[in-house]
Amino acid sequence: MTPLAGYLLVAALLFSIGLAGALTRRNAILVLIGIELMLNAANLNLIAFWRYGPHPEALTGMMFAIFSIAVAAAEAAVGLGLVIQIHRHAHTTDLDAMNRMKG
Amino acid sequence: MQETISFTPQLTAGAITKILWLIPAVPIVASGLIALMKQPRRKTAAALSIGSLGFSLLLALAAFGHVVAGWTHAQAVRETVNFTWLQFGATNVDLGWVLDPLSAVMLVMVTFVGLIIFIYSTGYMAHDENFTRFFCFLSLFAGAMLGVVIANSLLLLFMCWELVGLTSYLLIGFWYQKPAAAAAAKKAFLTTRVGDVFFLLGIVWLFAQTGTLLFYNNGTGSMEAGALTTLLAQPAALGLTAASAIGLLIFAGAAGKSGQFPLHVWLPDAMEGPTPVSALIHAATMVAAGVYLVARVYPLMHAGALAGGTTTALTVVTWVGAFTAVFAALIAVAQNDIKRILAYSTVSQLGYMMAGLGMGGVAVGMFHLITHAFFKALLFLGAGSVIHGCHDEQDIRKMGGLRADMPLTFVTYAAGMLALCGFPLVFSGFWSKDGILEAAQHWSVAKTPFYMLVFGALLTAFYMTRQVGYVFFGHWRGHKPAHESPAVMTIPLAILAFFAIVLGFIGTPAWPWFHAFLEGRAAGFHTLLEPELMTVMAVSSVVVLLGLWLGLRLYGGPAPKPEDPDVLQAAAPLPWAWLRDRLYVDEFYNVTAIAFYAWWARVADWLDRRVWGGVVSGVAWTFRQWAHLNRFIDMRWVDGSFDKSCEEFNVGGGLLARVQNGRVQTYLRILAFAVVALAAILFWSSRP
Repeated sequence: MTPLAGYLLVAALLFSIGLAGALTRRNAILVLIGIELMLNAANLNLIAFWRYGPHPEALTGMMFAIFSIAVAAAEAAVGLGLVIQIHRHAHTTDLDAMNRMKG
Repeated sequence: MQETISFTPQLTAGAITKILWLIPAVPIVASGLIALMKQPRRKTAAALSIGSLGFSLLLALAAFGHVVAGWTHAQAVRETVNFTWLQFGATNVDLGWVLDPLSAVMLVMVTFVGLIIFIYSTGYMAHDENFTRFFCFLSLFAGAMLGVVIANSLLLLFMCWELVGLTSYLLIGFWYQKPAAAAAAKKAFLTTRVGDVFFLLGIVWLFAQTGTLLFYNNGTGSMEAGALTTLLAQPAALGLTAASAIGLLIFAGAAGKSGQFPLHVWLPDAMEGPTPVSALIHAATMVAAGVYLVARVYPLMHAGALAGGTTTALTVVTWVGAFTAVFAALIAVAQNDIKRILAYSTVSQLGYMMAGLGMGGVAVGMFHLITHAFFKALLFLGAGSVIHGCHDEQDIRKMGGLRADMPLTFVTYAAGMLALCGFPLVFSGFWSKDGILEAAQHWSVAKTPFYMLVFGALLTAFYMTRQVGYVFFGHWRGHKPAHESPAVMTIPLAILAFFAIVLGFIGTPAWPWFHAFLEGRAAGFHTLLEPELMTVMAVSSVVVLLGLWLGLRLYGGPAPKPEDPDVLQAAAPLPWAWLRDRLYVDEFYNVTAIAFYAWWARVADWLDRRVWGGVVSGVAWTFRQWAHLNRFIDMRWVDGSFDKSCEEFNVGGGLLARVQNGRVQTYLRILAFAVVALAAILFWSSRP
C-alpha cells in the first residue's frame, strides 16, 4: 500500500497547479477551474488522513469529502452563473477588466 | 388755628367703606369700555360716562351720609380699609382707602361738579368728531381723581395722581392738530413732573423713616402720632425736622399740580384744551388735588407746632400761596383771552387755598376749595357758553353787549363772578375768602400775607368786573351776531349758579357747620358781632366794593373798539406791557431752565458722539483687531495642523486604496502569500 506521504505529495501538487492556474489565468472560467483543483486537493487530503488515521472504519473522512464536493458543486454553479451574467453585461470574462463595483 | 381732632377709633369698617373702591373703579371701567367701542357710538359713550359718574355720585352721597350720621359732637368718623399690595422680605407696602369727613366732602364735590360738566360736555362737544374719545378720557380722569380722593396710602395717591396728570395731558392736547394745544399738553406734563419728582422723593423719604405709606392704620399710619414722633425726632438739614422736610417735598408736588408759583406756568396754557376740560380739570378738580394733598398730609406739616404756632412747612405754604394769589391776580388784570383771565384767577384762588391751609388749617382751605370748585366751574362753563355763542371767539375785546343776546348765560356768569369776587354776605366766595382773611389776620408769624390777600381780593374784583364789562356790557363788536346756548349747556350753569350762592351758608362764621364737620367738633351758632370778625368782614367788603366800582368806572361804559388800547394801557403802558406778557416768567424759564436744558442736551449730545462714541468705537476697534488675530491663529495654526493631519490620512488612505484595486487576482495573490507565510511560521515555530 502506498504510504501517506505519496497521497500528500499528489495533493500538494494538485493544489499548486490549481493555485498557479487561479493566479495566472485571465479568464474567469479558468480561474474557477483552478479553484476547483485546489478544492479537490483538499478533498484528497481529507480522504488520505481519514484512511491512515486511527479510526478508518468510522467513515468520517468520506462524509467530509462528500459534503465538500457538494459545496464545491454549488459554488461552481453560483460562480459560473455570475460569470455568465458578467459576460452578458460586460461582454468579457477577463478578470482584470472587472475591477469596478459599479456596472 | 387747628385744634386736635379726635376721631372714632375704627373697629370695623362700615359697609359703605368696604365698597368705597367702586367710586373710582366704576368710571375707570366705563372709560375702558368706551375705549373698546367703535368711534361713532356717541350716545352710548356719553351714557356710559354720565351713568358711571352718576352711580359714583350716589355712592359718594351715601358715604357722605354715613360720615354725617356717625359724627357726634366730639368725634368724627374715620374708617379705613387696608390691604398688602407688595411684600418683599419683612417689608410690606400697603394700599388702602379711607372714608373721613375730608374725603367724603371731596367725593361729593368731585362727582357732582364732574357730573354737571359731563352733561354740559354733551352739548359743547356735540359736533366734535372725536366725541367718544373725549368721554373716554373724561371718565378716566374722573376715576383717577376719585382715586386720589379716597386713597389712604401715599403710594396709591401718587399712582392716581400720575393718572390724573396723564389724563390732563391727553385732554389738554385733545385737539392735538393745533400745535399750541400739543405744546400746552407737553408743557403741563413736564411742569407738573418737576413737582412730582420732589413728591416722589418725599414719599421715599417718608417710607424710609416710618416704614409705612398708609395715612391711617389704627395708630401705625404715617399721619398718626407714633410715626410723627419718630419724624420729629429726626433732624434734616437746615434746622428742619424730617417731618417738615418731607412736608415741603410733598408740597412741591402739590405746587406743581395746583399751579403755585413758580410752577404755575402750565395752567394758563392748558386753556388750549376744550372748555369743559378747563372747567373740570383746571378749575374744579385736578388743580384742587394739590390743595387736597396738602390737606391730607396736614398732620405731617403741622407736626411739631408749638401752641398756636406754626411750622416751617406751613410757613412756606402760606408765603407761596399768598405770593401766588397776588402775582396771578396782577397778571389777570392785563389779559384779553376770556379763558386766560379765568386761568390766572384760578392760579390766584389756589394761592388763597394754600394760604388758607397754611394759616387756618384744613377746614379753612378746604372750604374755599369747595366753594371755588362750584363757582369756577360755573365761570368756565359760562365762558364756554360765551365762546360757543360767539363762534369760537375768545378775545374779550371782540365781544360786548352779550347781556341782551345771552341772558341766561349772563345771569349765571354774573353769579359766578360775584362769588369769585366775594361779594358781601350773599355769595359763597365771600364767606370762604373771609375765613382765609380772618386766619391771616390772626397769623402769628407776620401780617404781610393778610395785606397781600386783601390786595389780591381788590384785584380779583377789579379784573372780573373788567372781563364782565367787556363781554356782557357795551355793544357788540364782533362780526356774526351771538346766540344763546342750548338748554343742555344753560341748565348746568343754573344748577352751579345756585350752589355758587347757597354753598357759602354752610361755612359762615355764624354757623361754621363745614369747619365743625371737618374737625369733628359740634356745630354751634356764634354771633357775628365780634369786633375782630366785623373788622375783617368790613375790610373784605369795602375792598370788594372798591374793586367792583373801579372796574365799572373804567369798563362799565360803552367799551372801546377792539383796536383801541385798554384804558389802563393808555394810562401806564409799561407796567401794562409787563403784566400782559405775564411778567416774563415763561421768558425767564426760556432763558434759564430751558436754555440750560438745551445746552445740557447739546453737551450730552457732544459727549455721546465724541466721548462715549469714541470709547465705544475704541472698544469695537480693539475687538476687531483681536478678531483679526484670532482669525490668523485659526487659519495658520489650528486649521493648518488640522489640514496637515487630514492630508496624512489622505495619503495613507491612498496607499491602502492601491491594494484595494478591485482585481480579484491581486487579492488571491495576497491570500496565497499569506497562506505560505502562515505555513512557514507554523512550520518553523513547531520545530523544537
